[in-house]
Amino acid sequence: MLIFEKSRPGRGCDLLPASDVEIYLPEEKDKREQPLHLPELSEGELSRHYTELAKKSHGVNDGFYPLGSCTMKYNPKINEDMASLPGFTEIHPLQPEHTVQGCLEIIGEIENSLCEITGMDRMTLQPAAGAHGEFTGLLLIKAYHESRSDEKRTKILVPDSAHGTNPASAAMAGYKVVSIPSAPDGGVDIEKLREAAGDDVAGLMLTNPNTVGLFDKNILEITDIIHECGGLCYYDGANLNAVMGTVRPGDMGFDVIHLNLHKTFSTPHGGGGPGSGPVGCKEMLSDFLPSYLVEGEETLHLEKPANSIGEMKSFYGNFLVVVKALTYIKTLGREGIPEASRNAVLNANYMMNKLKDLYPMAYDEICMHEFVMSLADLKKKTGISAMDIAKGLLDDGIHPPTMYFPLIVDEALMVEPTETESKETLDDAIAVFRKLYELAETDPEKLHQAPVTTPVTRLDEVNAARHPHLRYAF
Amino acid sequence: MILKEELKYSKSHEWIALDGDTAVVGLTDYAQSELGDLVFVNLPEVGDTVEAGEVFGDVESVKAVSDVYSPVTGEVTEINEELLDSPELINDDAYEAWFIKVKDVSATEELLTAEEYKAFVESKQE
Repeated sequence: MLIFEKSRPGRGCDLLPASDVEIYLPEEKDKREQPLHLPELSEGELSRHYTELAKKSHGVNDGFYPLGSCTMKYNPKINEDMASLPGFTEIHPLQPEHTVQGCLEIIGEIENSLCEITGMDRMTLQPAAGAHGEFTGLLLIKAYHESRSDEKRTKILVPDSAHGTNPASAAMAGYKVVSIPSAPDGGVDIEKLREAAGDDVAGLMLTNPNTVGLFDKNILEITDIIHECGGLCYYDGANLNAVMGTVRPGDMGFDVIHLNLHKTFSTPHGGGGPGSGPVGCKEMLSDFLPSYLVEGEETLHLEKPANSIGEMKSFYGNFLVVVKALTYIKTLGREGIPEASRNAVLNANYMMNKLKDLYPMAYDEICMHEFVMSLADLKKKTGISAMDIAKGLLDDGIHPPTMYFPLIVDEALMVEPTETESKETLDDAIAVFRKLYELAETDPEKLHQAPVTTPVTRLDEVNAARHPHLRYAF
Repeated sequence: MILKEELKYSKSHEWIALDGDTAVVGLTDYAQSELGDLVFVNLPEVGDTVEAGEVFGDVESVKAVSDVYSPVTGEVTEINEELLDSPELINDDAYEAWFIKVKDVSATEELLTAEEYKAFVESKQE
């Protein structure tokens, strides 16, 4: 039942104190014509409503959540403790700088840490999430070329294995997107890249390790090709969890990068997050960064870079998310950060090797933090698709992996276990995957019906997409 | 896989009915069956120029969004507006559900006959 259906006029839990200032009511003409449709419930009803919703949902606190390229790692509770300290919460973004020196120190400190981890020179914390970061990074690339009066560069190269946000962000920034095919080994097709590189290329957007879970061995050659034609290299940080503290995008030849604090740095992902997508860059781009950067030695202050592209979001981004990410970085430390990555890679390889005799791997080699299997053969044999297996997992309390992505793999399931799962959890999940494969062969009809234990069962996704109900009718 | 003898086909899975310098373009039956239930179609506007081998629209299924490529160069004279509200028409009958009509056709992609297209699709499946 929706909260609006539980609402009863006059019921509520707002106990506001008597006003101690003069009451001013807007003039008749400025008043709302209709009252707002706000639900009216007692605090008890409200609390039960949201508890009921929470019970129906699945999050990292409920069970395994191996959503590929999303890094659904556990979010340590100490992050929340730090972010709820009154020094961080009881402040106002327009407070004078000398009264929020601690907060500025946090911004400066995480900028330094993230620059160290990625090999960048400066970083803005303003973007609210990954795609917002991509757009910011592309505007930096654009500003760079424009500052050099190099206006013939109208293209952004994007491999066909890229996240869909890459071409979308490039188009939004006014660029023409050129798709670069993948080579049979899953990496960028170097020859095709060479053909596409030219003086009309503004840059390349690349995820490394890429979305098939492989580290591109030709990465230095790739970034060289782009630099030689005068373009810049953009690193999509979606998969940084595989390599943080081991190799740095800056050393791979990337000039600008976004990170997803809500993936790699253990802040809440999904459910509204909120997210945070810091954008880092090399020195030559730092003058264009969105405002504001923290500057100063003893006393810190905020400064707008000389040729800033402007505001990407109000004030300083999602500051409390940044506090959580810095807590994570400090908790893990210099040794813990690369160790987390190593375990993420180990867990992915463990699962892959325990499944590959049944599930064909799209690229059967040592993977990074995630692996992609193709269920094309199973579908041909039994009629059971990647979607059916995903739905079957739900009945065992497992959130499905990413489905039908990357687009270059037929009937793809992309699994990213993350480092925060124990061997026991992985073994359980492996057993479930194997059981479902068996079920596909013995009783496919049963699997077509899955899930049967969840609050809602198989949804009519086609009808929902064709005839969406986008608002509640009062 | 349904094929029509009188049509030509592109390797990117569009069908084309060529008549002098005008053409009608749609998505093949094989393409719609691979994509699954289509839920959204994006078409160009009348008067737009399409280029052989270039994207002119996209189709979205529950699984993914896929580009649709033009097998010809020319000017769009008509679009099938029915598809915008009822993308399922493509699943129902891919050869009835044309996407665009083009005039002043000046160039074409490599076009296959029904038989050649069938062989092409089968070679890809192996």
